[in-house]
Amino acid sequence: MNQPPAPNSFRVGPDEAGMFGIFGGRFVAETLMPLILDLQRHWNEAKEDPAYQAEVAFLGKHYTGRPSPLYFAERLTDHLGGAKIYFKREDLNHTGSHKINNCIGQILLARRMGKTRIIAETGAGQHGVASATVAARFGLPCVVYMGATDVERQKPNVFRMNLLGAEVRPVTAGHGTLKDAMNEALRDWVTNVEDTYYLIGTAAGPHPYPELVRDLQSVIGIEARAQILELEGRLPDAIVAAVGGGSNAIGLFHPFLDDSQVAIHGVEAGGRGLDGVEHCASMTAGSPGVLHGNRTYLMQNEDGQILDGHSVSAGLDYPGVGPEHSWLKDAGRVVYSPILDDEAVEAFQLTTKIEGIIPALESAHAIAHAVKLAPTMGKDQIMIVNFSGRGDKDVHTVAGMLGMEI
Amino acid sequence: MTTRIDRRFARLKEENRPALVTYFMGGDPDYETALSIMKALPEAGSDVIELGMPFSDPMADGPAIQAAGLRALKAGQTLSRTLQMARDFRAGDDDTPIVMMGYYNPIYIYGVERFLSDAKKAGIDGLIIVDLPPEMDEELCVPALKAGLNFIRLATPTTDEERMPKVLQNTSGFVYYVSMTGVTGAALPDTSKVSGAVARIKKHTDLPVCVGFGVKTARQARAIGEAADGVVVGTAIVAAIAQCYDAKGAQVADPAEAVATLVRGLAAGVREARLAVAR
Repeated sequence: MNQPPAPNSFRVGPDEAGMFGIFGGRFVAETLMPLILDLQRHWNEAKEDPAYQAEVAFLGKHYTGRPSPLYFAERLTDHLGGAKIYFKREDLNHTGSHKINNCIGQILLARRMGKTRIIAETGAGQHGVASATVAARFGLPCVVYMGATDVERQKPNVFRMNLLGAEVRPVTAGHGTLKDAMNEALRDWVTNVEDTYYLIGTAAGPHPYPELVRDLQSVIGIEARAQILELEGRLPDAIVAAVGGGSNAIGLFHPFLDDSQVAIHGVEAGGRGLDGVEHCASMTAGSPGVLHGNRTYLMQNEDGQILDGHSVSAGLDYPGVGPEHSWLKDAGRVVYSPILDDEAVEAFQLTTKIEGIIPALESAHAIAHAVKLAPTMGKDQIMIVNFSGRGDKDVHTVAGMLGMEI
Repeated sequence: MTTRIDRRFARLKEENRPALVTYFMGGDPDYETALSIMKALPEAGSDVIELGMPFSDPMADGPAIQAAGLRALKAGQTLSRTLQMARDFRAGDDDTPIVMMGYYNPIYIYGVERFLSDAKKAGIDGLIIVDLPPEMDEELCVPALKAGLNFIRLATPTTDEERMPKVLQNTSGFVYYVSMTGVTGAALPDTSKVSGAVARIKKHTDLPVCVGFGVKTARQARAIGEAADGVVVGTAIVAAIAQCYDAKGAQVADPAEAVATLVRGLAAGVREARLAVAR
């Protein structure tokens, strides 16, 4: 394949058909087509409507607690002896992760559209909790589809969702993880087309979801950009984020895409290593294919059947990735690298011990990459790591990995 | 250019009866059994065969067809083997139209041009690809039409008047009206609504309109057949195959025979449809 010439801007996609180059699109059943066209019409109106933007900003400030701090991780920086490391503290948001940014924007959109029932899929449970939270806030019934395996390994989040009044439906198909939950949510949506809003949790799925979720999560990068300019008087040399579906990453990356001096690093789940299929590094080790409404890099076999993959982090346990990431990889703007389960768990412990902050295992992947990267950079250089969520939900998993029972 | 599908519907029009379109999953529960089921279909009264291509993530299918796809994949079914199944069937039957039905990714990975060429050679007449709406026509629909294959589109209750022409634009062979929103195998809709919907589609096209989703019994087949040019039955067939095996997977009845019995009943229902209308 010929490398396409670098575009004038990396921030103009998707096109009208929802494509980022060959990626993205609207690969859905006809039943859903009128719905996603309707969603697109409403989104196009909402994003230009100052009243909608003001509502999103108001709740972002007073409900979520934005802006999230940009925190200088001084001891981690000293420990690694290289670039200055800043954490973008999305873990301090209400509900404990970046997921709430997207949920507030989408539930306000659902209300504009007159929808009365919310459905969502979740992996780690962070998006499920955030969806259940905004549904509770606005008094709408909410059904969350969650793989049965994830229900088992994320029990506290399941209980949280129940407390918030959401119904959690375990999905036993496949390996019972995020991919299967997404299939089941799509089946629900196909069935309940009139009243139901599908609140997708990541920057993937049929157009306009990848664009919509990116725009709602871009508050992360917009804030981080302004904060680092204020703190350091210049842009960072590198930014780093973990990529499952890729919403926290695209939210941080997008406002920096045209700053050519900023190196951008996406971190995929390397699981137990890239040799077999026990990982979720779809961009490092997968190939382009079509799943869940979009063309993107996928983990698949030679017959085009989708693999289940593995990651210690339920939030990264997805065999695909948002289409804009696939495009940014092929365009060469973002470098994607894998981090193994063990490396993530190590970074989890390190951050907890020397910074006093427990990161989500998803965020621990980004930190683990920063641990590798920082020593290769000068002390005068600056790196921002997206601290996408807090790790309380993961203490059981990590204890298990370390051979402890709690 | 006419295909076996065009010829079959022309003949049925002369006979003044609707078509019985039968879906089964290629490779469920294994290659040989599925081939025996396929071979049994025409004699039992099936007019058009939909050959299911298994996919790991069938997001528009209900539990019965999901399970059938997983059984087929577990037994080693691939797109190559599904094409082989069509070739094996064609060795004994050159008349019954075959429509391959499934999802796009296995075809995309196989390679669109290679797939169309191999499908044509295998005696495939048409394609139904669930996750390729008209917005994505350049992917497979347009190349398939050029290769001489019918591309059968699904129209649904959510397809409104404004959208209908777009849905029908590159459709050929027949139109598959999905009579309700939801996944395959869910409850049967109100038949009076079905006749209204068929009439609505026929305002825009001369193509035959077949109706599916939820038809399980001869009576239902007859009721739908009164309103449509064809009746599609899928989940009931797939479920009948599954019932030939106990919880441990041991065979307790002959799947080809079970399907033939079911299809004979459905075919009788379909054949009574127009007589019922005439009365």
